[in-house]
Amino acid sequence: MIPFYIHAIYIIAASMFIVGIKWMNSPVTARKGNQLSAMAAILAVAVTFLNPSLLHPALKVDSPLVDAWLHNDTLRWATVFSGIFVGSLIGFVMARTVKMTDMPQAVAIFNGLGGGAAALVSVATFLGMAQHIVLQGAEESALSIVLGTLIGSVTFTGSMIAFGKLQGWISGRPIRFPRVLLMLLGAGAMLLAGYVVVASYRHGGLVLFDRTLFLGAFACALLFGIGLVLPIGGADMPVVISLLNSFTGTAAAFTGFVLGNNVLIIGGALVGASGFILTGLMCKAMNRNLVNVLFGAFGGDGSGASVAGDGGTELETSVDDAAIMLSYAQSVIIVPGYGLAVAQAQHGVQKLAEILEKKGVSVKYAIHPVAGRMPGHMNVLLAEANVPYSLLFDMEDINPEFEKADVALIIGANDVTNPSARTDTNSPIFGMPILDCDKAKNVIVMKRGRGKGFAGIENPLYFLPGTRMLFGDAKKTITALVTAVEEA
Amino acid sequence: MVTELILGLYLFVMAVFIGFEIISKVPPTLHTPLMSGTNAIHGIVLCGAIMIAGRPISVWSIVIGWIALVFAAINVVGGFVVTDRMLEMFKKKPEAR
Repeated sequence: MIPFYIHAIYIIAASMFIVGIKWMNSPVTARKGNQLSAMAAILAVAVTFLNPSLLHPALKVDSPLVDAWLHNDTLRWATVFSGIFVGSLIGFVMARTVKMTDMPQAVAIFNGLGGGAAALVSVATFLGMAQHIVLQGAEESALSIVLGTLIGSVTFTGSMIAFGKLQGWISGRPIRFPRVLLMLLGAGAMLLAGYVVVASYRHGGLVLFDRTLFLGAFACALLFGIGLVLPIGGADMPVVISLLNSFTGTAAAFTGFVLGNNVLIIGGALVGASGFILTGLMCKAMNRNLVNVLFGAFGGDGSGASVAGDGGTELETSVDDAAIMLSYAQSVIIVPGYGLAVAQAQHGVQKLAEILEKKGVSVKYAIHPVAGRMPGHMNVLLAEANVPYSLLFDMEDINPEFEKADVALIIGANDVTNPSARTDTNSPIFGMPILDCDKAKNVIVMKRGRGKGFAGIENPLYFLPGTRMLFGDAKKTITALVTAVEEA
Repeated sequence: MVTELILGLYLFVMAVFIGFEIISKVPPTLHTPLMSGTNAIHGIVLCGAIMIAGRPISVWSIVIGWIALVFAAINVVGGFVVTDRMLEMFKKKPEAR
């Protein structure tokens, strides 16, 4: 039905996606890779317009209104192009104006909309088919339609909740959601959807009655997405977004099955696999498994086991003292965290490092794999401030160097530096690999206030004799520190 | 007889394996751009939305299809542009020291 040349171009587009992702292996070719993928997407979309069943729809629809619409080319193309235009404009403006620090939110919202689109395509296909009481051959599509709908819906609402949490519209703390209700919703969605699929085989097509059940499954899946993400703490959002990204890919692949569109199947499957790999890598970095992230909700139930001791007192320091300590150090390791992103302090940090280097201090950056809210979040921020990536070190490479470092300067990072992850078996983060800041001769902790980190755990690092606390907004403190170091 | 569905399944499974292979080699530095870039790729569900809204068989396909068009277009355009912005900043500066 689809002519050969469309398939040929789809094959080219699919190959470009694969090469594009491959080029994202290295910082040198990454940008080119992304541009290649973008061209592949344009190609795939453009060639879709050549589909004969779209150009000359030889259909007869019962409803006179729809039939008239279907055979009025002006109306049809106006619908399609206005939708694409409005969406592209919104997407472009959002992407150009979003702040680098808000990148995780942007990815969450784009991902949610993609999942929503996949779900809607499936829903529209179902409703269109069910309109005709029984449609020959529809039963083959039923399973794909139902899966695309369910997975897409869960991603849509789940990503929106993740967005709300990252944006601060919804509390970042885990919010209790009755687990029984979540299970009921999941079971409800699957049972209703399963019934629809079985019924479609029995009737040799989709029947109108199934529509109610199908919409019920759709609603259950939407609510399930909300219930799935609400109880997860803000610190775990990177894992959640990555998982949902993988889901959206899978949902897109299922719509490809429904519409017989191979480039959608390949593209969706590639993304499904990539999101899954990334999710696994992130979980590994936190030494947790996925089930634990999704259903562990630590810090939420206040299971008394994790109350780390009274530690002692935190010693405060002033900007001037900190400046002197930094200026006369031989080597400084900067440990950035989410606080850096929130305070937008990346440019100040780069300046501080530059001045210190001029004074002969060696400066390195230690990047924990899950520092910030997304893997590589810190790398992106520091890259924005023109920090060369040769100065950024991964956890395994930098950890042995803390012993030799004079000062570890922690900027808005907390849980990833918590030594109780190594020692305290009762700690909820026990076993998570951390940056060994406590091994440095001196530690300066820049922190907004005395509150606990996202995981809600006491950090014994702050009570060590070599640790000094520098409270205040990271950006202001850094600016003050730059001036003080210049004078020191 | 169900050739199209079966062929699709082959494609799906092969693409999953390719996805595992080419992605497991990406360094952590590029994880955020990678997530964002692949996030944009699934925006080609826009192709599906075009087929729905451009070939309406009920009032539903027009309304739902149009919303799907907008959603998918935001995903694909926003995703690629935002990823490009991130990657633009990954410049290797000559070692000053």
